[in-house]
Amino acid sequence: MRQEKLRNMSRGDAAFTVLTWILGALILLIIIYPLWYVVISSFSDPDLVLNGKVWIVPLRPTLEGYQYLLGDVAIWLGYRNTIIYAVGGTTLSMLVTVPAAYALSRRDFKARRPLMLFFLFTMYFSGGLIPTYLLISNTLGMSNTVWVMIIPFCLNVYNMIIVRSFFESSLPQDLWEAAQLDGCSNTRFLVSVAIPLSKAVISVVMLYYLVGKWNEYFNAMMYLRDAKLSPLQLILRDILLLNETMANSTTGGEGFDASLRRATLVKYGSAIVGTLPMLILYPFIQKYFEKGVMLGAVKG
Amino acid sequence: MKRTKKVPSVAHTWRQDWKRNKALYFFVLPAVVEVFIFHYIPMYGAQIAFRNFKPARGIWGSAWAGFKWFDRFFSSFQSQTVIVNTLVLSILLLVCSMPVSIFFALLVNQYKNASFKKVIQTVSYAPHFISTVVMCGMIILFLSPSQGLYGTICKALGVTAGNPMGEAGLFRPIYILTDIWQQMGWESIIYIAALSSVDPGLYDAATVDGAGKLQKTIHIELPSLVPTITLIFIMRIGGILSIGFEKAYLLQNNLNLSTSEILATYVYKVGLVQNAQYSYSAAIGLMNSVVNMSMLIFFNWLSRRFSENSLW
Repeated sequence: MRQEKLRNMSRGDAAFTVLTWILGALILLIIIYPLWYVVISSFSDPDLVLNGKVWIVPLRPTLEGYQYLLGDVAIWLGYRNTIIYAVGGTTLSMLVTVPAAYALSRRDFKARRPLMLFFLFTMYFSGGLIPTYLLISNTLGMSNTVWVMIIPFCLNVYNMIIVRSFFESSLPQDLWEAAQLDGCSNTRFLVSVAIPLSKAVISVVMLYYLVGKWNEYFNAMMYLRDAKLSPLQLILRDILLLNETMANSTTGGEGFDASLRRATLVKYGSAIVGTLPMLILYPFIQKYFEKGVMLGAVKG
Repeated sequence: MKRTKKVPSVAHTWRQDWKRNKALYFFVLPAVVEVFIFHYIPMYGAQIAFRNFKPARGIWGSAWAGFKWFDRFFSSFQSQTVIVNTLVLSILLLVCSMPVSIFFALLVNQYKNASFKKVIQTVSYAPHFISTVVMCGMIILFLSPSQGLYGTICKALGVTAGNPMGEAGLFRPIYILTDIWQQMGWESIIYIAALSSVDPGLYDAATVDGAGKLQKTIHIELPSLVPTITLIFIMRIGGILSIGFEKAYLLQNNLNLSTSEILATYVYKVGLVQNAQYSYSAAIGLMNSVVNMSMLIFFNWLSRRFSENSLW
């Protein structure tokens, strides 16, 4: 696209353009600064952080906070559990979502409409927290097992609609009819035509599931009591919100100041530790997420 | 939105369809089973709201209680606070965050410089991926008078730092402003997409008529967003009482409870943390679902009546 030159514009347009640039820069600053502040605080001498000396770059850099965090067995256990839940959960979710989305995308499938209603209804009405809890923990006995983090709610109706919309718009009915004439079965068509043609949308939805599982905390809090099963988010909550480290270190004979210093470093550090994998992946996968939102916007 | 021109033949009877599309039935089966178990069975189980549920006796063995639990909730002194808190928080959030995302989308759409546009989009979506736990941790840390940015700014200005998280009056502004910070970019994607499909001929016609950029934004771009805005509004209104549990729960403390206790956190505490009042808690949850569903139906009807935009 041709770049616009301010001097070629009318005075009103020029002022408007300048204003949009100023606003944009301001918004960038507002979004980036808090994140940057967490990063520099996690690397700086906590005394300087607490005294308000750290503003732009880390001062008297230290890795003390990270050493403490990475020396904590719970963090590693949390990472391991989260990876298990995320990989297992995403795999199962994809196995359930993609074939269903394909079936529902086929216009010659008689059960298509009633099944869509069956799925859509759950997006707007639910039995509520307590009946769900009683089902999962009392009736199914899944509490405090790995399964509770993988099986319940592995199908996200919204994600299924995204895949379905994509199949509908990218796989013409003629293609299926032609394949059928050549003796191609539904399964074969799904595996060797539909899925390879839809790699983009499948990766979008896979990433949605992955991020969801990575950030999952509510179900873990409800159903897991055994600390050995805790995912990373539960451990981060203990560090960030329940002041566990502070309480622990004060009993260890350190003074209040020392424990406050440590707690500050550890908290800023743990925000980074918990978000790092996402932050590293993010620039590469950002455009896929964007695509997903647009596909999901197609009316169900 | 798009209609297919060619109507494929659908089998006349279920038997024919089964014969022809057997594989398709097997494809949806796992999804149907999953949704049936984890969504429909709890809906059925919601009947404990009308019973004196005792876990040892099961759903069927527990005696009917009629509307006892609903009566108890509506006559309890908390019910009003909790309902008001939920409504105020979610309506304020809706009213504040939607215009900001729309404004942001219009702003991003102004940039003709492709690389700046990409940078601002990439950066603005990023906070969406921060987990609620980390987000709340950051909020509490930043606002802490002893450890946070807020405390140090107060110190630098020579003002005594209060404790913003401990003030009931500040809970809503904190919740909403941080939510806007986190979700603004993400929520704008859909509006940006809608803006990219505006007919270029409209711009040319407006230029001929002597319209400046601001006029084009107000008279072309904003109206082109109306269908999208309506749909998003209806969908959000359908969740008006089910505003997220996680963030409110994590930002709660005893000092701000008078504004931060919402239906979702109340149901959780009453049902699972304090002495397991299953039936009572299920009744509140059921009322919540019914109100949500009614709001959705009502606003969808309203929108269909007065415009051609609706969910169904």
